[in-house]
Amino acid sequence: MIQNDMLTKLMELDFISLDLGLFLNTHPDNTEAIDTYNQVITAADTLRLKFEEAYGPLCSFRSFAADTKQWAWINNPWPWQKEANISLAGKECL
Amino acid sequence: MWIYEKKLEFPINIRKPSARLAKIMLEQYGGPDGELGASLRYLSQKFTMVTPEAKATLNDIATEEFAHAEMMATIFHQLTQGLTKDEIINSGLDVYYVNHGLGVYPVSAAGVPFSACAFQSKGDPITDLYEDMAAEQKARSTYEYLIDLTEDPDVLAPLRFLREREVVHFQRFGEALDIARDYMNQQHYFFMNKFGCDD
Repeated sequence: MIQNDMLTKLMELDFISLDLGLFLNTHPDNTEAIDTYNQVITAADTLRLKFEEAYGPLCSFRSFAADTKQWAWINNPWPWQKEANISLAGKECL
Repeated sequence: MWIYEKKLEFPINIRKPSARLAKIMLEQYGGPDGELGASLRYLSQKFTMVTPEAKATLNDIATEEFAHAEMMATIFHQLTQGLTKDEIINSGLDVYYVNHGLGVYPVSAAGVPFSACAFQSKGDPITDLYEDMAAEQKARSTYEYLIDLTEDPDVLAPLRFLREREVVHFQRFGEALDIARDYMNQQHYFFMNKFGCDD
């Protein structure tokens, strides 16, 4: 099962950087937001590498193939499968 | 260029199948105010957008909407896993089933196939940005109607997340409109249409 605390944390970090990116598109001179964005990107990149080493690649044609015996990109579960996800029921608005 | 990332933007794990919910969730996948239309709208409009800020906004929100289309399709898919024949018939999903089985196909909840007629690309930045703001509000309303008709907390969580994103996008498009309007109001020394100018 691919889903674990590491992936949940990575999804959180990636969401923060996505949302900060949208904010910065219309506030390009906000240096505080750029600093925060860079902190989040650095943390996410570090965690993504750790996750991919343990559970396989996350990005099409951008991830290093850590497993050289088998092309792990094709491995189940895919994101639309339940096993790839947790339910955040009741926690979505925290 | 796009890179696929092998995870959803927000996790979806629906434990209880429901044909009734599956049927109405199609609205935000292939319906007129759904995520697929949103994505194609912004993707198409970005080419004639003015100002770096507004171009980036269209490009990046189009990208996020594509991830939302994947989320709505995932909700439909998971809701249809483990359905019985009776559930399919009693919910009215049978009219969808005879055509698509349990495959994911972009239609509205009422069964109208996805159509580009649901959005515009006018080549006029102000016109397009007003449409985009309206589009975000229409999608927000639709999510609220879906939330009204949903009790399953596993489905409510991603719906609430998606509704929230409509609010944020509306805000960003409003800011982009201000920036684009300021640009359009500036004096230009050429007689060509300002929209054709690659600033």
